[in-house]
Amino acid sequence: MTTAIEFRDVTKCYGNVRAVDGVRLQIEAGEFFAMLGPSGSGKTTCLRLIAGFEAPDSGQILLDDNAVTALPPYERDVNTVFQDYALFPHMTVLENVAYGLRVRKVSRAEQQRRALEMLALVKLDAMAPRRPHQLSGGQRQRVSLARALINQPRVLLLDEPLGALDLKLREEMQIELKNLQRRLGITFVFVTHDQGEALSMADRIAVFDRGRIEQLDTPRGLYTRPNTAFVAKFVGGANVIEGALAQRLAGGASHDAPAFAVRAENILLGDVRNSAATDVMRCEGTIVDVQYHGAASRYQVRLSSGELLTAAAPDSIHQAHWRVDSAVSLSWSRDAVMPLQAAAASNST
Amino acid sequence: MSATAAAAHPAWLRRASTFLYCRPTFYVLLLLIPPLLWLGTVYIGSLFALLANSFYAIDEFTARIVYEPTLATFRQVITQPAHLDIIQRTLLMAVAVTIACAGIALPIAIYMARYASSRMKALFYVGITLPMWMSYLVKVYAWRLILAKQGILSWLLESIGFDRVLDAVLQLPGVGGPSLASSYLGMFVVFVYMWLPYMILPLAAALERVPESLLQASADLGARPRQTFWHVTLPLAVPGLAAGSIFTFSLTLGDYIIPSVVGAPGYFIGMMVYQQQGTAGNLPLAAAFSVVPIVLIMIYLSLAKRAGAFDAL
Repeated sequence: MTTAIEFRDVTKCYGNVRAVDGVRLQIEAGEFFAMLGPSGSGKTTCLRLIAGFEAPDSGQILLDDNAVTALPPYERDVNTVFQDYALFPHMTVLENVAYGLRVRKVSRAEQQRRALEMLALVKLDAMAPRRPHQLSGGQRQRVSLARALINQPRVLLLDEPLGALDLKLREEMQIELKNLQRRLGITFVFVTHDQGEALSMADRIAVFDRGRIEQLDTPRGLYTRPNTAFVAKFVGGANVIEGALAQRLAGGASHDAPAFAVRAENILLGDVRNSAATDVMRCEGTIVDVQYHGAASRYQVRLSSGELLTAAAPDSIHQAHWRVDSAVSLSWSRDAVMPLQAAAASNST
Repeated sequence: MSATAAAAHPAWLRRASTFLYCRPTFYVLLLLIPPLLWLGTVYIGSLFALLANSFYAIDEFTARIVYEPTLATFRQVITQPAHLDIIQRTLLMAVAVTIACAGIALPIAIYMARYASSRMKALFYVGITLPMWMSYLVKVYAWRLILAKQGILSWLLESIGFDRVLDAVLQLPGVGGPSLASSYLGMFVVFVYMWLPYMILPLAAALERVPESLLQASADLGARPRQTFWHVTLPLAVPGLAAGSIFTFSLTLGDYIIPSVVGAPGYFIGMMVYQQQGTAGNLPLAAAFSVVPIVLIMIYLSLAKRAGAFDAL
């Protein structure tokens, strides 16, 4: 595999804030790559650095092994789907899609033909003569996608493209985007704050926090082996157990397990007096909140030592049994324990 | 809650507001009656009273207005060569001033909307509106002094060795004259100075409404800055340009002070109106002349509309 995009120690500051802080990154050609993180974590800035809307303060950015750090956006073989779609309001849908060809002085007939082709690809050829404001949000999104793809870029950048859509449409677009990427074989770089979206679509995910990459892994790798407390909490909302409680639960093996994470769905709720096997960790507490989620319910449990843990269980199991203020025991298999690095250690890599 | 509301407001007031709240049409009517009365009677009404005068004519011998509907006055306006000359001169000046204002305002507006920090932007807004806080007459007379034969400008040009250039420009037929203060060029400069804020402000407002992402999308799709300007920035600035040019165009068409204080002796529409209704006492002719800018602006607006200037509104 060849490298489509490479970041070499890229740093970008806004005033005193290090939006991107010494990021090193390689994105393979043909990959569906997600940049995941909370707002202000630097993921969008990274995308804008690739597109060329921002220039890094230090470090280098390479596209196909060529340094593009000093190139303006119109010299880069990269196209962007903007968060607000950024469709030109004074042009028709067809003119919007043809714009990339128009500025490259492609003949009018060719512009028309290829723009209609792209619109057919996103199933909007019937909308060609309309203006953007006459389209729905989902349609605008697809026009924006067609417009970005018409120049056949090496890399397509997507900046929270599904953020403004409603849930059903978002799920449809996720499948559509994934299919499109597979069919075209273009590298997709996808920025999102929605971990579910990143997990379901991406080949690999970079989790950003405060301008740094906390972890770069496959979706399964991130979910099953989070490196840091931040990743464990951000991706799938795992329980992070550290300090005295971790020491006590880990027992003899405490010295090499300063902190670990357990997923809510791996925690079993039980009666306090319920005995358990030796290969499980267990603790006791009181339910302080129950959230019904349909397929499963999530139980917030306050331990006697003060920590708050979340356990999830299919609704049928504990139906009407566990209520707020019930005393429960929590137990999980040692296989479900995901050891974490200390935050300081991860930041230095 | 209702108890406290009842205590805070007298019952009749609450009943009145409930009455209005439940009858939105009546409420809107109540809201609009005073301004509509003003607009309808005082504003439009007086305009029509003036226009009505243009359908009368003056008796050549008695110099009295004959109150019989006739198109003779209009015929006089559009057939007499001297009158056509005035219209043509005014129209040319209005077009030239509008183009110059647009040319000067566009870079300033782009800077204000795109590049200026909020501090700088505030400074620009104050700087642009500052001249509008001063008396119009004072500014015109100040310009007359600036442009005068021994004025600041000619002194400045002389001291840097450009007096020959000024002399050459003043030799030019049509725009020149004995000095800048008594040439069409000087008048043009003063017009542009006076109306420039009216062009910059709507233009900057229009450009500020254009999201940054549109310009980025254009560059992203391969457009060079020049292409982005022609294909995206300028088309989206057109509503602002249209609004601004309506100001500069109509203000130039109607002005009578600048042409009478600064510039060459040729008459302008505004001066003609002023003179005919004042010293000459020919109210019908003045009214007919005041119809000319209205017609010209209507033609201009329909052209702008056909060119799609208001599509984005």
